[in-house]
Amino acid sequence: MSQANVTLEAQGLTRVYGTGGVQVHALRGVDLALYEGELVVLLGPSGSGKSTLLNILGGLDQPTAGTVQFREHTLGRAGDAELTRYRREHVGFVFQFYNLIPSLTARENVALVTEIADNPMDPATALGLVGLGERLDSFPAQLSGGEQQRVAIARAIAKQPDMLLCDEPTGALDSETGILVLEAIEQVNRELGTTTAVITHNTVIGSMADRVMHIANGLIANIEHNSQRRAPSELAW
Amino acid sequence: MRALDMKVIRDLWHLRGQVFAIALVIASGVAVLVMSLSTREALTNTAEAYYERYGFADVFAGLKRAPESIKHRIEDIPGVQTVQTRVVRYATLDIEGFAEPVMGQFVSVPEGRAAALNRLAIRTGRTIAPNRADEIILNEPFAEAHGLTLGDEVVAILNGNRRKLQVVGIALSPEFIYSLGPGALLPDDLRFGVMWMGREALAAAFDQQGAFNYVALRLSRGASADSVLPALDRILKPYGGIGAIARKDHLSHWFVMNEIDQLSKMSKILPTIFVLVSAFLTNMVMARLIATERTQIGLMKAFGYSNLEVGWHYIKFVIVIAAVGIALGLVSGAWFGKLATELYAGLFRFPLLLYKASPSAFVIASAVTFTAALAGTLGSVRRAATLAPAQAMIPPSPPVYRKSILARTRFGRWLDQPTRIIIRHIIRDPIRALTTVGGIASAVGLLVLALQWGDGLNWLAQRYFFDAQRQHVMIGLAEVQAANVVHDFEHLPGVLAVEPLRFVSADFEVGTITHRGALTGVVSDARLQPIFDETRNAVIEAPAEGLVLGTRLASKLGVEIGDRVWVNMLEGRRPQLQLPVVDLMQTHIGMPAYVHLDSLNRMLRERPSVQYINLLVDARAEAALYRELKALPAISAVMLRQAALDSFYDTLAEHLLVYVTMFTVFACALGFGVAYNATRIALSERGRELATLRVLGFRRSEISYILLGELGLLIALGLPLGCLAGYGLASVMATAFDTELFRVPLAIEPVTYGQSVLVILGATAISAALVRRRLDRLNLIEVLKTRE
Ligand SMILES: Nc1ncnc2c1ncn2[C@@H]1O[C@H](COP(=O)(O)OP(=O)(O)OP(=O)(O)O)[C@@H](O)[C@H]1O
Ligand SMILES: [Mg+2]
Repeated sequence: MSQANVTLEAQGLTRVYGTGGVQVHALRGVDLALYEGELVVLLGPSGSGKSTLLNILGGLDQPTAGTVQFREHTLGRAGDAELTRYRREHVGFVFQFYNLIPSLTARENVALVTEIADNPMDPATALGLVGLGERLDSFPAQLSGGEQQRVAIARAIAKQPDMLLCDEPTGALDSETGILVLEAIEQVNRELGTTTAVITHNTVIGSMADRVMHIANGLIANIEHNSQRRAPSELAW
Repeated sequence: MRALDMKVIRDLWHLRGQVFAIALVIASGVAVLVMSLSTREALTNTAEAYYERYGFADVFAGLKRAPESIKHRIEDIPGVQTVQTRVVRYATLDIEGFAEPVMGQFVSVPEGRAAALNRLAIRTGRTIAPNRADEIILNEPFAEAHGLTLGDEVVAILNGNRRKLQVVGIALSPEFIYSLGPGALLPDDLRFGVMWMGREALAAAFDQQGAFNYVALRLSRGASADSVLPALDRILKPYGGIGAIARKDHLSHWFVMNEIDQLSKMSKILPTIFVLVSAFLTNMVMARLIATERTQIGLMKAFGYSNLEVGWHYIKFVIVIAAVGIALGLVSGAWFGKLATELYAGLFRFPLLLYKASPSAFVIASAVTFTAALAGTLGSVRRAATLAPAQAMIPPSPPVYRKSILARTRFGRWLDQPTRIIIRHIIRDPIRALTTVGGIASAVGLLVLALQWGDGLNWLAQRYFFDAQRQHVMIGLAEVQAANVVHDFEHLPGVLAVEPLRFVSADFEVGTITHRGALTGVVSDARLQPIFDETRNAVIEAPAEGLVLGTRLASKLGVEIGDRVWVNMLEGRRPQLQLPVVDLMQTHIGMPAYVHLDSLNRMLRERPSVQYINLLVDARAEAALYRELKALPAISAVMLRQAALDSFYDTLAEHLLVYVTMFTVFACALGFGVAYNATRIALSERGRELATLRVLGFRRSEISYILLGELGLLIALGLPLGCLAGYGLASVMATAFDTELFRVPLAIEPVTYGQSVLVILGATAISAALVRRRLDRLNLIEVLKTRE
């Protein structure tokens, strides 16, 4: 794994919220690298800056200082158009609250993304990958939370992104459903080789990763390497 | 179909109630615009084609009598292409089975051939045959009013001789699209009719052989009436010319153009209101939609949709909403346009009608509405488009409510909690509250505007037909006669009082400003047709010397009491005198200038003379009086007040009904659309809050109170504002429709405000009932489960 190529490299990332009055230092100089095809879990207490970091890596937000290098893209001082192109071409997101468009069916929610992608898979295939091949035409309101989250994963991976970024994908789910969702993520990572970063509060989930980054107080406190990834089905909490 | 388009369709379907409500408002604006534009276009085109085909003249002049030999001098005026000399006279008619005397305007036509100008559009029958002294052609509206057809006989007193005339044709003329009897405000086809007779026969009847008393000119292309009029006046002056007029001052033409002009004004003022309100409404709905879809917007951006794509996505909503409204508006506007055009066509009796749903009207209406809707929503859409994705993903923090005055004042402490919720909610989003209040106010205002026309007409009728004219009958003598002719009328059956009057055509001149009008000579202590000032609501005594001017004429001439005005009389010895303005009077009809009858006669250096005689009549003797009047030779006109009043109401009532109906429909659409959207948006925003209250044990009626109470409060604010707006609109219209011939009075009755308020209350009540039904079906679990 150590000789694998670096997909994304961040240096000296800081993010300060609020100008004038109270300033919150959400990130205080984060350096990190993500390797091609690996699955990284970001662990840390609430408010430690995990979401902020992931948002910056995914081009949703701009750092106050520092750079992110992804292939030919240098994020950091990139403009809005550049960030949009970056997200569009390379990144897939999954959020804690599934954030499906309520007025679109599962298939259409996925199509929403495949329509603007260069080399997408068929929405039905993507939904098949997460085990929802039977529920293509259901509306979000007709799906359970776990099913909705799996649609969200299908939607994120359908455009075959280089990176899949998940912010507490199991946060709103019970453990059984959470494991189904994690299985879907793991499967995508393994079968498509998509570099994946998963944020969680749950230390147990760390054992399914290649590496676990512990975030505390806006910094990466330490990085654990797992010699063996455990299958999500073996996890329990 | 693309997934985002699918979203547009489903979201719109979800919002269909609101979309429809806005579409109704947009449709109303578009309909008024299309209606007025296409009607205007149809009228303009029709009138132009009519004028062209039948050779409507460019210049007209009346005179006393001139030999035919001067015709070539008129032809020699530079710019004159064709000259048509005619004999035109008024005479009384005796129509069988019709008790009242009827007036006819006899106009000569060449025998056996078509006229050079002002040709007749023969509807049935034929033109006058040569050497037939007893043939006439009737104007169609007059013939229809009396059921006269070809071959019927009409008895006329021509210059004192009772003559039987035979109807050989029924026709229309571009000169008499709008035919008014002398002194009439509106056409009365029963009591006044135009008829055409052979030139020879008419000249013989009125001692005008080899002479003419009316001339019409067609100018050559590019020639201006401005240079021809003075030259013509100079030629006709020795022959009693009373001043030539250009086509723009021709009465019939003026009325047609005035109608077209009113449509133009309507096409500007009214759609503006609707378009503005619909822009606000669209914005209200879009702002709410975008607020609920905040996270979805963040999500689309996270996936790489650009600002432009997100913005375009929401613009599609606006486009669809506007398109639905425009489509509805185009269809109903075309329909209303056809209705209005037919109404006018009936009033004006065009022999041809060029109505087609005007594509330019459609394009203008669509473009204006699209632009306004897009401009109105641009702010919201821009905010959506530029929303930072990371921000969008965080649910908006709970809105900040202020304690404000509610907590501090005694009034505030007295309020219960639900009422506090209502008031805080209104205060939190004042723009939206203002949109609702403004929309309701516009609806009420429009209705007040529509209904007050009736008030204005009643007011006008009261002032004009009762306060200013107290006579029952006004007699016009064929010639000016010595004042003692008045006594001849005192002895007619049923006559209780008589009073003479005289009109003399005159030019008024102050500096470079001139006005062609008439002097009205009234007697001292006039009782039947005094100088009545509408502002003071009182009679002004005729001054021994000097002028009493209508305020409209005074302001045109730029004079006040004490100033002097040159008066150039166009009759008799044509004296030119400078007279002082001794008083001003207010009237909504015409631009009168009064002098004392004695001073008028003195200025003309004539013995005491009169031309009009007013009669006060005992109703029981009316029939006998009419019989005698029909036989009197020296009379050229008989005007009956009741008939004039009836025709005033008959003609205007039909017009009014169409407009009031149209306005009521549109105003209700506006009220409904505004109220429905306001409440639906409040419901969508506060469904959770209300459901929570239900969970806490509030009853349905209590949460309805919170939601509908807010609407109620806003409507309560909007209604009185609407009455004010109505007053404002009515005064704008009164100013816009100010003409030299008449002004629209501003005289709104309290009941009009009441009716308007009630109608709009009804329209909003329907929308409240619809929302209340939704509220009753509020699914608690559903609402609480879904995350905003
Ligand atoms: N928009 C914002 N404005 C101000 N402060 C913010 C904003 N977003 C995040 N923060 C602050 O930045 C810090 C890091 O926030 P972040 O959301 O990255 O934490 P997290 O590790 O994802 O926490 P959690 O596990 O609760 O999601 C927190 O102290 C938070 O209060
Ligand atoms: Mg977080």
